[in-house]
Amino acid sequence: MDLTTLTYIVVGASFALYIGIAIWSRAADTSDFYVAGKHVHPVANGMATAADWMSAASFISMAGLIAYLGYDGSVYLMGWTGGYVLLALLLAPYLRKFGKFTVPEFIGERYDSRAARIVAVICLIVISFTYVAGQMRGVGIVFSRFLEVPIGVGLVVGMGVVFTYAVLGGMRGITYTQIAQYCVLIFAYTVPAVFIALQITGMPIPQIAFGSTVQGDSVSLLEKLDQVVTALGFPEYTSGTKGFFDVFCITVALMVGTAGLPHVIVRFFTVPRVRDARYSAGWALLFIGILYLTAPAVGSMARLNLMETIQTGPVGAPDSNLLYDERPDWFRTWEGTGLLAFEDRNGDGRIQYYNDQNPEFAAEAEALGWNGNELQVDRDIIVLANPEIASLPDWVIALVAAGGIAAALSTAAGLLLVISAAVSHDLLKGVFLPNISERRELLAGRISAAVAIFIAGLLGYFPPAFVAQVVAFAFGLAAASLFPPILLGIFSKRMNKQGAIAGMLTGLLFTYAYIEFFKGLFLRWAGSPFADDVAENWLFGVSPEGIGALGMVLNFVVALTVSRMTAAPPERVQELVEYIRAPR
Amino acid sequence: MSNGNSAERYWRANLRLVAGCLAVWFIASLGFGVILVEPLNRIRFFGFELGFWFAQQGSILVFIALIFYYAWRMNRLDREHDLDEQ
Repeated sequence: MDLTTLTYIVVGASFALYIGIAIWSRAADTSDFYVAGKHVHPVANGMATAADWMSAASFISMAGLIAYLGYDGSVYLMGWTGGYVLLALLLAPYLRKFGKFTVPEFIGERYDSRAARIVAVICLIVISFTYVAGQMRGVGIVFSRFLEVPIGVGLVVGMGVVFTYAVLGGMRGITYTQIAQYCVLIFAYTVPAVFIALQITGMPIPQIAFGSTVQGDSVSLLEKLDQVVTALGFPEYTSGTKGFFDVFCITVALMVGTAGLPHVIVRFFTVPRVRDARYSAGWALLFIGILYLTAPAVGSMARLNLMETIQTGPVGAPDSNLLYDERPDWFRTWEGTGLLAFEDRNGDGRIQYYNDQNPEFAAEAEALGWNGNELQVDRDIIVLANPEIASLPDWVIALVAAGGIAAALSTAAGLLLVISAAVSHDLLKGVFLPNISERRELLAGRISAAVAIFIAGLLGYFPPAFVAQVVAFAFGLAAASLFPPILLGIFSKRMNKQGAIAGMLTGLLFTYAYIEFFKGLFLRWAGSPFADDVAENWLFGVSPEGIGALGMVLNFVVALTVSRMTAAPPERVQELVEYIRAPR
Repeated sequence: MSNGNSAERYWRANLRLVAGCLAVWFIASLGFGVILVEPLNRIRFFGFELGFWFAQQGSILVFIALIFYYAWRMNRLDREHDLDEQ
C-alpha cells in the first residue's frame, strides 16, 4: 500500500472516531453545551485541556522553532507551561466555585456591570478568532502536504468535522473528542522522537538523550551541536541572542496570556468540584509536559541530524559538503513541497548550508569559494519530516499527519465553543434577550457555533495580517486585558467596575496599538506598520511579542488607582467574593 | 458570619501558600532560566549546562510538581477549616 492511501485510511479512521464520539455524547441542555454538565473527571479534563491547549503550532512548529532559536526558544517552553501554575493557583478553583458558564459572565457579575461584560466579550472574540484562524490554516496545510489536496479542500473537510462534533455535542462532545485527539497526537509525537533519540544517542528516552553523548563520539549532544553550528557561522545553540529584558517580558506575557485565554479557563468549569479543578490543572500540565519536554530534545537532535546530513565533514575540506545529486530520498520528497529549496549559487554541485548573515564568518566563506547560503529550510520540516529522516515505517508518517490534524482540530473546537458561548450566553441572554428560553438559547448556541466555524474557515483561507501575529496578539491581549480583572476580582474585594473597565481598556488599547505600530494588523490601508520592527525602535527594548507583559502591568496600575478613587463595590459583590473564596 | 474568623484564617493560610509556590515558580523559570542563566551555565548537569536545562526542561518539571503540591496542600487546608466539599 502506498503512503498516500495509508494516510487517507489513518486520518479517515481518526475522523470516524471523532464523529462517533460526537453522536454518542450529544448535548441535551445548555449546561451540557457550555460546560459538559460539570461532571468531567479531573484526569479526563486534564487530558482534554492538554489537547485543547496544544495547537497546530505546538505540534508542527514548536520543535522546529526551538531547533532554529536554540536557547531563545525557551521562552515558548516556559511561557506556554508556566501559565498553568498561575491558572491552578490563582484562577481555576475560584472560577469553578463561581459555577457559571463563561469568563465574561464572571466579569459581568463580579463587577456588577453589563459594560464590563461587553468589553470582556470583545476581548474574548478578538483573541479567539485570531487563534482559531491559525488552527484552520494548520488543518489545511497538513492536508495539502500529506494528502496532496489543495489547502481549501483540507480546510472544508476540517470545518465539516469540527462542525459535526462542536455543533452537535457542544462542550460535552468536544471534551470526549479532545481526549481521543490527545491520545492520537501524543502517540504521533513521541514515537518518532524515541526513534530519532535511539539513532543519535542510543538512548530511547528523548529527555535523557537530550543530555547524552552522541553515538560514536565522546562529546555530549549539545556540545557537539554548539560546535557544528558555530563552525558554520550560526549563533551558539545553548546561548541566547535576544536582549535579556525582552526574553523576560516575552516569557511573562506568554505565561500570563496562557492563564488568561478563555478557551483554557473554561475547561476548568467542567469538573464537579473545586478540589477537582486544582488537581485537574496538574494533570493538564503533566499531559502537556510530555510533549513540551520532548519538543526541545527533538529540536536539538533534528537540527544536528540536518546539519550533519549537509555538512558531512569538517568545514573547509573539499568533499565535506553533500553532493546535490547524492541527496537522500526524504530531501527529494520535501523539495517537492517547497519546504526545502536548494539553489547552487557557486555552481559546484555541492550544498553549502551556513549563516551568510554573519559578517564575522563572511571572510572564511569567501575564502572557501562559497557564494551565499544555498539551502532554504522551512522550520516546520523538523517535525513533519522527522519520521522519514529517521527512516521510520509509513504508518508512523501517516500517524504524524493524523496527529497534526488532531492538534489543530481539538484547539479549533475549543475556541469555537467559547466564541459561540460568548455570543449566545453573554450577548444574547446576558444583554439583549434576558428572557430567552433554555431551548432557544441552546439553538442560538448551535447557530453561533456554526457561523463561527464558517468565519474561522474564511479567515484560515484568506488569512488577514493579524493571523500571522498569533503569538504577540492573542497572548498579549489575553495577558493585558482579561487576566488582571479576573485576578483582581478574586483577590481584591475593593476592586470595582470603574477600576476593572479602565484597566481592561488601557491594557487592551496599549497592547493593540504597540503591536499595530510595529507589525501592522488592521491599519495596513493607512500605512501600518508605522516603524521598523527592530530593537532600536522598541520601548525599553521590548518586542511586540513581549509587550503584553507591560500592558498587564499598566492594567493593574490603572485598575488599582481608579478603584481607590471611586466608591467601593456594593455589599452584594463583596459577598460574592467571599462566596467564591471558600470551596464550600 | 459565625465562622468569619475561621474563614479569614483559611484565606490567610491560602495566601501564604500561594505566595510560597509563586516564589518557587518564579525562581525556577524566570530566575534560573532567564535572569541567572549565564552564571548557571558554568555548572555542568549531566550533559547539560544547568541554566539551559532549567530553561528547557527543569522549569516545566518544577511547574508540574508545584501544581500537584499546591492541590494536595489546599485540599488538606479545606478539611482543616471544615470548608471541604462533601
